[in-house]
Amino acid sequence: MSESVPNEIDSYLVDFARLEDASNTKTPSWLQQHRQSGASRFAELGFPTPKVEEWKYTDVAPIAHTAFSPAQYELNGLQASQLSELTFGNLNCPRLVFVNGFYSSELSSIQDLPKEVQVRSLAEVLEEDPALVEPYLARYAKCEEHAFVSLNTAFIQDGAFVCVPSGVALSEPIHLLYLSTASEKPVVAHPRNLIVIGEDSQAAVLESYVGLQNRTYFTNLVTEIVAGANSVVDHYKLHQESKEAYHISTLQLYQERGSSLRTFNVTLGGLLTRNEVNAVLDGEGCECALDGLYLLSGSQHVDNHTRLEHAKPHCDSREIYKGILDGNASGVFHGRIVVQPGAQKTDSKQSNNNLLLSDDALVSSKPQLEIYADDVKCTHGATIGQLNEDALFYLRCRGIDTKTARSLLIYAFASEVVNRIKVDSVRVELDDYLFDWLPRGHLVREAV
Amino acid sequence: MLEIRNLHVEVEGKKIIRGVDLQIQAGEVHSIMGPNGSGKSTLAQVLAGREEYEVTDGQIIYNGEDLLEMSPEDRARQGIFMAFQYPVAIPGVSNTYFLKAALNAIRKERGLEEVDAADFLSLVREKMELLQISDSLINRPVNDGFSGGEKKRNEIFHMAVLEPQLAILDETDSGLDIDALKVVADGVNSLRNEERSFIVITHYQRLLDYVVPDYVHVLYDGQVVKSGDKSLALELEEQGYSGLGEETSTVSS
Repeated sequence: MSESVPNEIDSYLVDFARLEDASNTKTPSWLQQHRQSGASRFAELGFPTPKVEEWKYTDVAPIAHTAFSPAQYELNGLQASQLSELTFGNLNCPRLVFVNGFYSSELSSIQDLPKEVQVRSLAEVLEEDPALVEPYLARYAKCEEHAFVSLNTAFIQDGAFVCVPSGVALSEPIHLLYLSTASEKPVVAHPRNLIVIGEDSQAAVLESYVGLQNRTYFTNLVTEIVAGANSVVDHYKLHQESKEAYHISTLQLYQERGSSLRTFNVTLGGLLTRNEVNAVLDGEGCECALDGLYLLSGSQHVDNHTRLEHAKPHCDSREIYKGILDGNASGVFHGRIVVQPGAQKTDSKQSNNNLLLSDDALVSSKPQLEIYADDVKCTHGATIGQLNEDALFYLRCRGIDTKTARSLLIYAFASEVVNRIKVDSVRVELDDYLFDWLPRGHLVREAV
Repeated sequence: MLEIRNLHVEVEGKKIIRGVDLQIQAGEVHSIMGPNGSGKSTLAQVLAGREEYEVTDGQIIYNGEDLLEMSPEDRARQGIFMAFQYPVAIPGVSNTYFLKAALNAIRKERGLEEVDAADFLSLVREKMELLQISDSLINRPVNDGFSGGEKKRNEIFHMAVLEPQLAILDETDSGLDIDALKVVADGVNSLRNEERSFIVITHYQRLLDYVVPDYVHVLYDGQVVKSGDKSLALELEEQGYSGLGEETSTVSS
């Protein structure tokens, strides 16, 4: 049932038709089917409006009403040397670089990987070895209810394919760097990532999204991650898109028995951001950690919608999302935990803490528990508040000026999640970002 | 060094301090005692600079300057130290780093060079031993998960490191067992000299056996009703506060 104005979606359908025409006979029929389902489902659903419960606090009308053209691979003067600022202190690891959603072989570097490990452009795999991705692609992130996933699926072209076979432990993280070199007219990209980690394997994957200019563009992203039995997966998504950009992202996580998956979702940029994180713990003895940090000011809006499903018994999950909002920014945290019948001995903890630094900042926090098993431990908590006045007074009484004291407390608030980042260079980078963001941050840096 | 003239303080419209006069010279230890509700803590909070307390009349002059015009951080930088009755926990801010930041802010004010992490640790080593502050305690977040005794020792440790001119101890002895009390008292006594003054606010007389005051003032219902020397404290211990019109409170520990 579409509640949106018809001509909002027309341009996408026209672009889809063009894409279909342009695709050659090598495009496998299964992929064509996925794309077609995506397109028709998007046509049916249209863009969600705030009348839809799940989108109550996030109005995507600005996206629906902007005529986005399909993004192109355009360097726009981008030099390889510019990358050094975007690579976590020059982290030397396998790196796929994408420009406006398209793989750039000239900017990427994939060295020193064991040969059975695949770190490739999805477009390349779909052309050369589609059988590698067929069992997984679009099988986890479903189109049915979600307009943006449908839209992304309709436009599956490029992104990253990471596949670690069983029994392999990678010593370096894999970095997927998405750069937007947006042009004058607003463009849309639909990156699609597929990450498959085999049984007993270990890998870390960093996804970073960076807008190089302060332009308007739309990133509509879907990442699917499959964590094989007993695997250990460490995943990060860092969103530093332009502050005029729209970023809608769905992260779909599927865990097999005994796997341990942690994903860290950091939102620093974007004008309007929606992060959907859906995890399904479909085996006994899984561990899942969903961590998030959002740091907003100006008129930024972030909507974090998570759904963590305990489908099998004896799994542990932890979710800690922290928000720091200044200016006129607004944030949403809607965290649903679902414990299916039979998922006994589930141990789940969820917390969302928000720090409001201005009178105009707004946050809506809604934990939701759906529990169908009877022998479980589920706790959740949410706080929305300002800086602790007593703590501030105490610091000032020891000679620390108000601005520095406030920044010290804000940093301390964020550090609970930041300190959970295992990849040192990512943590250092995030610390640096915080020190820059905070007034008198350089004094905080010396104090911590 | 400190002169309080006809101080009147209200909080939320209620009159707490109703005309207090006090003079403190360098090197003196003044004890302020009184039953619950007499205004002892209010006096401490006003000296520290807490904004919720409204000074409706009177003045506080510190080293010739109007203290009430100074922000809490200015007061600290000018050498005033407050040992809180209920030190707040600050998760995420390490005791070491916070204290180093404070020390450097104060050193800067005094025209001294700032210290780095290594210098700081050697500087504080001796004081850590004195106040029995372990390595683990100094690296923990400020007061986070500290026992009552640890919090109070930590306050005096801060004082030893920051070397104030005027130290205000707000019921530092409350909740301490005899051993912790002795450690705290030793710490305070080690800092006594001709330039440094102390205001020791207590409900019980016990601490004053170890930190012997030069003057004792009794605060009752927002006014200083009696002043004397250390024997006044002993008198109160024997007779209680009831002689001052308060019915139930006693001073014996």
